Amino acid sequence: MDSRLFPEAQAKIIVRNLNLYYGKKQVLKNLNLELPEKRVTAIIGPSGCGKSSFVRVLNRMNDLIPEARVEGQVLIDGENIYDSDVDLAALRKKVGMVFQKPNPFPKSIFDNIAYGLRVGNHRKPAEIEAIVERSLKQAALWDEVKDRLHQSALRLSGGQQQRLCIARALAVEPEIILFDEPCSAIDPIATAKVEELIHQLKKDYTVVIVTHNMQQAARVSDFTAFLWLGELVEFDRTEKIFTNPKNKLTEDYITGRFG
Amino acid sequence: MASVKKKGLISDLKERLIQHLFEMSGWLALVVLLGIFALLLTTAIPAFKEINLKEFFTSSRWDPTSPEKPEYGILSMVVSTMLVTAGALAIAFPLGLGVAAYLSDVASHKVREIVKPVVELLAAIPSVVVGFIGLTLVGPLIARIFKLSNGLNALNGSLLLAIMALPTVISISEDSLQAVPQAYVEASLALGANRWQTLVRVKIPAAISGIAASFMLGLGRAIGETMTVLMATGNARSFPHGFLDSVRTLSANIAIELGEVPYYTTHYYALFALGLILFVMTFVINLTADLILEKQKRKLQ
Amino acid sequence: MKSSIKKNRKNFRAELSQLLGFLFVRISVYTILLVLLFFFYDVSNRGFKVISWEFLSEPPRRGMTEGGILPAIVGTFLVTLITALFAVPIGMAAAIYLHEYARPNRLTRLVRLSIRNLAGVPSIVYGLFGVILFVNWLKFGTSVLSAGLTLGLLTLPWTITASEEALKSVPDSYRHGALALGATKWQMIRTNVLPYALPGMLTGAVLGLARAAGETAPIMFTGAAFYLPYLPRSFKDQFMALPYHLYVMATQHHSIDQAKPIAYGTALVLIVFVVVFNLGAILIRGRLRNKWRH
Repeated sequence: MDSRLFPEAQAKIIVRNLNLYYGKKQVLKNLNLELPEKRVTAIIGPSGCGKSSFVRVLNRMNDLIPEARVEGQVLIDGENIYDSDVDLAALRKKVGMVFQKPNPFPKSIFDNIAYGLRVGNHRKPAEIEAIVERSLKQAALWDEVKDRLHQSALRLSGGQQQRLCIARALAVEPEIILFDEPCSAIDPIATAKVEELIHQLKKDYTVVIVTHNMQQAARVSDFTAFLWLGELVEFDRTEKIFTNPKNKLTEDYITGRFG
Repeated sequence: MASVKKKGLISDLKERLIQHLFEMSGWLALVVLLGIFALLLTTAIPAFKEINLKEFFTSSRWDPTSPEKPEYGILSMVVSTMLVTAGALAIAFPLGLGVAAYLSDVASHKVREIVKPVVELLAAIPSVVVGFIGLTLVGPLIARIFKLSNGLNALNGSLLLAIMALPTVISISEDSLQAVPQAYVEASLALGANRWQTLVRVKIPAAISGIAASFMLGLGRAIGETMTVLMATGNARSFPHGFLDSVRTLSANIAIELGEVPYYTTHYYALFALGLILFVMTFVINLTADLILEKQKRKLQ
Repeated sequence: MKSSIKKNRKNFRAELSQLLGFLFVRISVYTILLVLLFFFYDVSNRGFKVISWEFLSEPPRRGMTEGGILPAIVGTFLVTLITALFAVPIGMAAAIYLHEYARPNRLTRLVRLSIRNLAGVPSIVYGLFGVILFVNWLKFGTSVLSAGLTLGLLTLPWTITASEEALKSVPDSYRHGALALGATKWQMIRTNVLPYALPGMLTGAVLGLARAAGETAPIMFTGAAFYLPYLPRSFKDQFMALPYHLYVMATQHHSIDQAKPIAYGTALVLIVFVVVFNLGAILIRGRLRNKWRH
């Protein structure tokens, strides 16, 4: 991959010769790309192209699938996350994730946000309280929930739940945040809020977002990668992908001729 | 041209008849449950023509065959039942929860396919065989460890009842741990929790009502068990003071005395009163567990 | 500030608790497996010494200190036969009602609730119920019939639940197919549901019966006899039964030392019986599951 693609930023994640198999089926085929630090990178492609599997490689959530097997390297800040001396907990704290469907725990709003802190190194209650407030403010949810922090998170609306999940991910102070189709289960107004939030986040975080919604990719991302049947077809600046794609497949997909 | 109206009366009648036959079989369960309660109640009531209700529940002297003054106090038997049951659950609950966690969070698919049938096999061992093992194996062991003349006591009963209650605790707990949505597990792991933290802080709290129900159902199972306690606890009628005392539970007392009692005497009726108490205790426990499980099911849907 | 993802000592406490936690979990499994293994070993070790063809084919002799357990085997078989005749058809019918006919309303919920509760009624309470209903009211006396019916009631919730599981495993498309071709409900059940559910229903029923055959408390007062010099000639006769025989030989016999080997032999026969039926059912169930899974 041409690293001059982003001369203004450093590469946060470097993927080299990545192959992913589920049992005998190959899901990702020889991926090579570099994702820039403090930018938003969108992963697009038709369903089944491996885009969700790809982000789950980046925080090793694929480890949950017994027959999943990874070849190649994924370097984050120069450290290969598939090395044997990697601490999964530390990796997942550094690489936060927001899922397709909002998945708050059946606990209070406060306990949801504090969860990652409590399972990490034990902090003082006052510290936790401060971080909960800060994270909720960052996720633009504080004003809506500050009076009911101890109510069940399940009573929030879908959009609020998704922002809660973002706040929960922010609380453990990650450096990278993965969004796996974060807006596919919430309404358009809530979607707009989440997109606005993602826009804010790139000041401090490296963001990777999987989406099947091309307008969304165009709206929120700086760079876009197009995956097709597990292969990387094209990776470029978003405006370039959407206005002047090099590859015929990309063009067909973007103009809605398939998928 | 074919009509779509109902055909003959006969075929319609046949359909209805069959349906009613099935329906009656379904209702039989309710009839039997009510029948057990009604028959136990009507057979128990005559006992209280001669027995003072207060004495029945508060006295710990049970001596129905005394020629001078028969006595009918069930307190020591109730306490014995509770003692043995409490001991059993203190063993079976943590162990059972451990096995449930193993099955849901540790075991590979292959290992689970082996361990689960073994647990089912445990449930299938006849209680009289378990009692026999208590008599021949566990009893002598307890006697040697605690330097007693024999090992037939509450501790022995608790150990055996734990075995009887384990399959229930395991299977209901495991079911509810498995029912915890995978989304919670993923969220927890993605926040940097390890598998144990995920189990203890997310899965168990989310499954807590099912786990509570497994405890209740194990309790119900243990309270009503007869043959194991009958064979392993020594059946002394005195008030128990600890786990090394020989005890006689409600169920064991029925089993011991019903064979020798003349029909339609106060003693006979009194034994049915004991049965009624057992029935009501297990009914309340099982019903509570059932309501908890129903509520959880609705919550998860 | 870039944080490293390499293992470090910061997570030491979480790692340690995970290690100890899963250690406990594993130990609880091993404990149970070990206890079970030890039980089986002890009973089979001592039981095998007495088991012979004579033991299985002869009646007891010399005050039950010698001879075999044939009457107990025959008695248990006969009682289980009655239990099967009662509980299996009714259990299946109830399951068909619940799964194919009943609407999900309050009354159905009540029926289901009573089935689950019935499964939790102590076996000695079934024994008491059998004494009043079958022995006294219906005047069956202490007999194979009374004991078999008492065990039948006890087995009913198990057979219903197992049968319903089997019905659940038949895909709905089979039902819709029949109805779309103009079959009545009963025709549909008979031709397109029962043939596929029957193996599962019977497997469940056999498991329930194997359990019933091992019960002691319900038959103690409804028909099981301490010792009979003859085999039961009709269903109104008393009988000897394996589980009760074990109880008698282990606790009630006048010379326990002489009776003990026979008790071990009886216990082994019971255990082998239970294990064979359960393993058989597990194997059949595994096959059935794979058969319907596409």
